[in-house]
Amino acid sequence: MSHHHAAPTHSKFWTPGVVALAFVAAVGLVAIIARYIGGIGYVSNLSTARPWGLWIGVDVASGVALAAGGFTTAFLAHILGKHYYEPVVRPALLTAMLGYTFVVLGLLVDIGRSWAIWKPMIYWNFNSVLFEVAMCVMFYLNVLYIEFLPMVIERFKGRVRLPGAPDALNRAIDSLLALADKVLSKIMWVFIIAGVVLSCMHQSSLGALMLIAPTKLHPLWYTPILPLLFLTSAIAVGYPMVVFEATLATTSLKLDSEMKILTPLTRFTVFLLGIYLALKVGDMVIRKTYVYLLDGTSQTNAFLIEMVIGVLAPWLMLLSPKVRQSRRWLFIACTMVVGGVLLNRVNVFVVGYRPPVSETNYFPSIGEVAITAGLIAGLMLIYRFLVTHLPVLNKPEKEVIA
Amino acid sequence: MGISRRNFFKILSVAGAATATARTPARAWESQAPSEAYGCIVDLTRCIGCRKCEQACNEVNKLPPPDRSFEDLTVLDRKRRPDEKTFTVVNRYYSGRIDERDQLIPTFVKLQCMHCQDPACASACIVGALSKQENGAVNYDVSKCIGCRYCMVACPFEIPAYEYHDPITPRVMKCTFCYERVANEGKLPGCAEICPVEAITFGRRDTLLKVARDRIKENPGRYVDHIYGEHEAGGTSWMYLSAQPFEKLGFVTLPDHPMPRLAETIQHSLYSYLWSPIVLFGMLSGIMWAFRGKGERQEDHEGGNL
Repeated sequence: MSHHHAAPTHSKFWTPGVVALAFVAAVGLVAIIARYIGGIGYVSNLSTARPWGLWIGVDVASGVALAAGGFTTAFLAHILGKHYYEPVVRPALLTAMLGYTFVVLGLLVDIGRSWAIWKPMIYWNFNSVLFEVAMCVMFYLNVLYIEFLPMVIERFKGRVRLPGAPDALNRAIDSLLALADKVLSKIMWVFIIAGVVLSCMHQSSLGALMLIAPTKLHPLWYTPILPLLFLTSAIAVGYPMVVFEATLATTSLKLDSEMKILTPLTRFTVFLLGIYLALKVGDMVIRKTYVYLLDGTSQTNAFLIEMVIGVLAPWLMLLSPKVRQSRRWLFIACTMVVGGVLLNRVNVFVVGYRPPVSETNYFPSIGEVAITAGLIAGLMLIYRFLVTHLPVLNKPEKEVIA
Repeated sequence: MGISRRNFFKILSVAGAATATARTPARAWESQAPSEAYGCIVDLTRCIGCRKCEQACNEVNKLPPPDRSFEDLTVLDRKRRPDEKTFTVVNRYYSGRIDERDQLIPTFVKLQCMHCQDPACASACIVGALSKQENGAVNYDVSKCIGCRYCMVACPFEIPAYEYHDPITPRVMKCTFCYERVANEGKLPGCAEICPVEAITFGRRDTLLKVARDRIKENPGRYVDHIYGEHEAGGTSWMYLSAQPFEKLGFVTLPDHPMPRLAETIQHSLYSYLWSPIVLFGMLSGIMWAFRGKGERQEDHEGGNL
């Protein structure tokens, strides 16, 4: 089964689910327009005490973490040379590319001066963790676009037929694509490794962001190893995220379930998630933060849900080969892992953030939720559009759902 | 065998030394606090809560007119925080002490940016729009700002406010320490100049610390033995003397080390000369090379299939 052919799915685009997504995206767009008319304060509950909320916690921090499938599958298939896993690299890469694109879109909405987003390229502050994150995300986004190019080239090389264009132009574009194909295949290794390096850098630095605010982040999450925890959790969530997407996509588009690849892929997750779990528990024991565990606050409850339902339970489930072989149970376990990492990012940036002076409560406004939901819906629409027209997903062989 | 092992250790120690050299500049975190910073001492035992400082601040910094007049002292019935239209506010606290006529004695606390010696906001700022000046002021340069609000996340005193209702060009708003007046006109900050009871003393920070210690020593029983801001968050340019324990007056308890120390130490030890990304890139290239050719039987040529 190591040979595979990615192909455009050419499925029907406007299904009822797609219409619903388009509606959510349209509502989000309205909220974004409102933000650019009335200001951030008009659509959000952000305040002096609460400068970061849902947008940073979900659109940015979780968006980056859940795009980790891109570099973790590239590492497995291209650096370790395990080509058996090749079929999941392209969808994971597409998700990463779209994920980071939407991270930047989310950032544009969140920062007060969207038009000034280029300024970190000119004004450097090497002391700033955020500066490093921004530089890495910027470079990585470009790396992802380059890594995605072969899919576009493969689709159009040798069949460029621009409507109404003279033959010469079509031929010129064709030979350009052929040249790009040749050059890219020679130098792609640089981008593949750079993608992994850049990911390790900013995935960990996202955790380092909160180290400057020791009095504000709840001790259950504030630890000097926060960068390491962010890195290990991002690496651990990479393959579960691939399973999550693959299951959704293959169900929705009626493709082969790919369990032959997903089952062995999640063996690695047992090991990777185990490392994260051990670090989390070890950190809690060493810093003696378990004293907070039963105090019943919303922070503590959020931590317990994150750890028990989001890490421990799915780890125990994945230990069992039966779970890894069952499409349904594997999907459930992987969804729990994805949810656990998502909740961790939300906890670090929103729930666990307690400004001691102002002590204000924060709950995202309808406008904030609409924008976040709209961005996610927009991402899913583009994903569907791209897999319909570009060779991303595995060619359907049969329509059996296990 | 013995030789190769010795060589192996030689290589190891060379590699170790190279790594150590590369990391030397970042090993010890050093404070960037200016040596001749100015500051202010606020003596809470002197403050009478007249709000003249708020008024002067509003005029000097050309801030929008307040909702209620500066003469209106009922404003003090509610605890306030500095915001995007107000750089300084005075709050009233009752610590339970009573005077000879059984009236509660109020303590008034003026709040504004503390102008930290090693400001978390300046360390956090993605573009360096916030910076600690030689004269002690933590200055905001709006022309660099992108509005990420990481300064507000970082500030342990929760001071920077934001113009959330400006859709295109919002600014971070906080006390400027009247930077222009102090640096170019040789004047005092607006609040310090107007204070009718000399509750605010402006001067060199090291001199102010001596003044504060003398006041504590020469007036036994008048002050708690604590200068708030001498050590908090590594030291601040604005400092306080009080008769009541500071935690009863809304002051946040902070560690003595500068807030940026941990994050900056981690960043610089990992990324000075980009040594760790370069090492990682080299290691991954080695792994990729070692595993090359595996699975090349595939007919499919794509992206990473070298």
